[in-house]
Amino acid sequence: MASSRDDFVIAIRSAFLKKSYQQKFSLLTYIFLSFVIIILGSLNFKAVQYIKIGINEVVYRSSFIASSPEKYFKDVRIKIEEHFNFYNQYKKNEIELKKLKENKLSNDFLVLENNKLRELINETVQSEDVYAKVLVDKDSPYLKSIILNKGSKDNVKIGMAIVDGIYLVGKIIEVNYTNSRALLLSDLNSKIPVLLEPIDIHAVVSGTGKNHGVIEYTKDEYNQKIDGKEMIVYTSGYGGLFKSGLPVGKIFTDNINKENKVNFFSDFRQLDYVKIVSYDIGSGN
Amino acid sequence: MSSLNKYNLTKSLLFYLPVFFLFLSVLNEIDFNYLEVKYFSLNIAHILIFYWTLKNPRYLNYGSIFLAGLVNDVVVGLPVGISSFCYLLICAVTAYLRNITITPKFINDWISLLFTISLVNSIQIITLDFIFTIEVNYLRYMINSGFTFIFYPIFLFLFNILEKKITIEKND
Repeated sequence: MASSRDDFVIAIRSAFLKKSYQQKFSLLTYIFLSFVIIILGSLNFKAVQYIKIGINEVVYRSSFIASSPEKYFKDVRIKIEEHFNFYNQYKKNEIELKKLKENKLSNDFLVLENNKLRELINETVQSEDVYAKVLVDKDSPYLKSIILNKGSKDNVKIGMAIVDGIYLVGKIIEVNYTNSRALLLSDLNSKIPVLLEPIDIHAVVSGTGKNHGVIEYTKDEYNQKIDGKEMIVYTSGYGGLFKSGLPVGKIFTDNINKENKVNFFSDFRQLDYVKIVSYDIGSGN
Repeated sequence: MSSLNKYNLTKSLLFYLPVFFLFLSVLNEIDFNYLEVKYFSLNIAHILIFYWTLKNPRYLNYGSIFLAGLVNDVVVGLPVGISSFCYLLICAVTAYLRNITITPKFINDWISLLFTISLVNSIQIITLDFIFTIEVNYLRYMINSGFTFIFYPIFLFLFNILEKKITIEKND
């Protein structure tokens, strides 16, 4: 019994402390080092943050090159899929275009009216736009984020909104000198204050780690209010991070579990260029 | 003379191939998510580290594994040091297995892999969830671990061929 315990201790000691072959340090040294980095990182230790920024600068560029074959396969798969759906998509687009033309006329009038009303209450929304290329768009099972080629040298700051056309995509969570990372709306940790229209209910859209979001923190009766209506989700502007009225997605009901989910307007798999926007919402009051 | 140089170059390239694959897998975060197959993903870095450190840690030294972990954290967006810690834990298990095993058996190694990746992923989840308060999808981790375990024999077959090739070149 004692001998088997000795064997176990010897095997463990050998595994952790033996510097075999061309190893400069023992396994225990490296484990200890990584443990120290984790602890210092959790305490927001400045040196670790600088090391991280330094590594980020090199790794993001390298990752962009290394992931180009995988990106190529992804693009090919999407192109093939699009070719197969070409005719059906054309028919759908034709109907949609007709509807949009009709809507545009009334929309133009509403924009003019809205601008006039904003002028009346002295409210101004100023925005600064920075166009950025998506360097890496890892659809990792752990984190839904994208890496952009603009950083602090282009005045990118944490919390700035990321939009694809007019649709909200996410927000900046990490800024390095020449690049930055944006958390997508689909990430589990993403929570955005929104407005459900046309029923005018405030809520929060949370990411699920999948390609859709869910509605949280709202009153129970909103389910009854939906009642077959087409529901569009816009940013509410609460918290002052985003301006109000940025389109986020459309609500659909999952037939399996009868749950309401948000289908994002932007296709996060196909982001090549995005706009980094900061809003300065001023009021005359 | 030129053929000798070419021969040495091939030998060196083959020797560093596991390190190259490891860095390629962490930089690229190859997990076949682009196939859009629901819930399908596997962790090639775990398989690579488990196989090569179990077989012979000379091909994949701890320093490069530590560095690959840091790179992986940066690419995936995890707090720095977590992947290094997890990768080195795999090395610790394989080093222990090497010490206690006289005759390696495939089935033993395979079951050890399941135990190792379950342990490593559990530690990762606990660290992310409780220390860094980052919400994680437990199901995705389980599926990732499951597929990593299932696909191990295929990679074992491929790596065995590569390992033979490296050994032959080395002995020549």
